[in-house]
Amino acid sequence: MKKLSLSVIGMYLMMAHAFSQSHTMDSTGYIPKKLKLDEVNLVTSYYDQTANKSAVMGGDPGPKGIADVTDFANGLDLKFVGWDNKQRKNTVAAGLGIDYHTAASQAYVDSNGTSKNNGTRIYPTLSWSRENDQKGTSFEMGAYYSAEHNYYHSFGLNGSIAKKNKTNGEFSLKMVGFFDRINMIYPAEFYPVDSLKNAPVSDSIVYITSASGRTEALVYNNGQLVGNTKGHKQETPTKPRNTLTASLSFTQIMSPRMQGAVEMDLVYQSGYLGLPFHRVFYNTGKDTIETLPSQRVKLPIGFRLNYFLGDNIIIRSYYRFYADSWGLFSNTFNLELPIKITPFVSISPFYRFYMQTAAKYFAPYQVHTEQEQYFTSNYELAAFSSSMFGAGIRLAPPRGVLMNSLRIFEIRYAHYSQTTALNANMISMNLVFK
Amino acid sequence: MQKRIISKWGIVVLAALAGTSCKTVKEYQKSRINDSEMSLSSRAVEKTELSAESYREGSSGANGGKTGGGCGCN
Repeated sequence: MKKLSLSVIGMYLMMAHAFSQSHTMDSTGYIPKKLKLDEVNLVTSYYDQTANKSAVMGGDPGPKGIADVTDFANGLDLKFVGWDNKQRKNTVAAGLGIDYHTAASQAYVDSNGTSKNNGTRIYPTLSWSRENDQKGTSFEMGAYYSAEHNYYHSFGLNGSIAKKNKTNGEFSLKMVGFFDRINMIYPAEFYPVDSLKNAPVSDSIVYITSASGRTEALVYNNGQLVGNTKGHKQETPTKPRNTLTASLSFTQIMSPRMQGAVEMDLVYQSGYLGLPFHRVFYNTGKDTIETLPSQRVKLPIGFRLNYFLGDNIIIRSYYRFYADSWGLFSNTFNLELPIKITPFVSISPFYRFYMQTAAKYFAPYQVHTEQEQYFTSNYELAAFSSSMFGAGIRLAPPRGVLMNSLRIFEIRYAHYSQTTALNANMISMNLVFK
Repeated sequence: MQKRIISKWGIVVLAALAGTSCKTVKEYQKSRINDSEMSLSSRAVEKTELSAESYREGSSGANGGKTGGGCGCN
C-alpha cells in the first residue's frame, strides 16, 4: 500500500513536471512580460591624485602649480527588463551619478589661491534597448545630461544598432552627440576690473563674475559702493562645444575559448575646445588664456582579445592606437588576468601602459612666444608615458553575497603614475543586486 | 621610434587574429565564452579608471568609455 501510494505520488509529480515543461516550451503559450526591475547596479569610487604643473597656472612647476585632486564618485543604475508580444527583450535603464571633488588648482582661478576649490557634478542617464533574438538584431537609444557647479553643462544623445551573423560575429554602429556649454570663467586677472575702478558717479548696479563663477551685483550710490544685492542675477557667459562620434565595432567568437573585437571611433569636436581658466605664461613672463583651434578630429582604433586558459585563468588583452588632428599620437596596452579561485570567486591583477606624443600646440611653463596663434601648457597634451597597475576581487556566488539579492560584489584598486610627476590611487566598488 | 612600435604591435595583433581559425562554435560549447569575465567590454568597476584616463591623457575612445560630454577636468 505504501509502495503504491509512493508510486502514485511519483507519477503525479512526473506528470506535473512534464506538463509544466510543455507549457513553457510551447511558443503559442507565450505570455509577454511587463517591464520589471531586474538589476540594481551601484558603483562607488574614490580617486586621490598628487601632481603639480597645473593647467590653471600654466604648468607652473612651483607651489602655485599644485594639482592635487580628490574625487568621490557614485553611480546608481536601475535596469528594467520585459518581453513584448513579439518575444523581443526590452530594457530600460535609468542612472544617476553624483561626484564630489576637491581640486587644489581650482583655487588658483583667482590668482591668490582663494577661489572655491571644490564642486559637485550630477549626471543622470536614460536609455532604452530592444533585442530580437530570432533575427539577431538589437538597437538602443539614450540620453545623457551633466551639470557641474563651476564648469559646464552637457547634454548627450546616442543611438546604436547591432546585427549578429551566423558565424558568431556581431557588427554594431553607434552614433553619439554631446552638446556642451562651457562657463566662461576666466582667471581673476582677466576680469574687467576697470569697470569697478571707474565706478559710475550716479546710482547704478555693476555686475561682476567672480573667479569661482558666481555673479553678484554691486550697488553704487553717488559713486560709492554701498553693498551687494542678491536680487539681481546675471548668467555667466557660455560658449558651445559639440562632440560627434561614430563608433564601429565588430566582435567575433573564434573558438570555444577565444573571442576578440575591433572597435573604431571617428570623433569630430567643434567649438570652444580649450578651457577659459587655463593660463599660459609666455617666455616674457606675461600670462594669457589657453587658445586652441576650434576643431579637432580624433581617430582611435582598439583591439581586444580574450582567451580562457585552462579552467581557471582568463587572459584579457587590449591595444589601442590613437591619432588626432592636433598631432597627438598614442599607444595603449592593457593586460588583465582574472584567476578563478573557485567558480564564483576571482582575483584580477592588471597592468596598463600608455604613451603619447605632445600636441603641436603644447609647450611648458614660460616657453610659448607671443607670436604663436595657438598655445596651451596643459600637461594632458604633453609628451609622456604612464603606467597603471592594481588588482580586483570579485565574488559572484549563485546564492548571493551575505544576502540573496546581492549577486555580485567587486572591489578594485589601481595605482596610476605619469612621467609628468602625476600620481593617483583609485579604489572602486561595484555591487550588483538582482 | 613611434611608428616602429606601432607597426610591431599592429603585426602582432593581426597575426594573432589571422592565425586563429574562426570555426563555428555551438551554443553548448560557449560555457567559457559566456563567462562574465570573458566580456569584450569594460566592466562597471573600471568606470573611474576610464574617466581618469580620459581626463589626464590626451587621447580617448575605442574603449567603451565616453568620448566627450561633461568636464571632470579639475
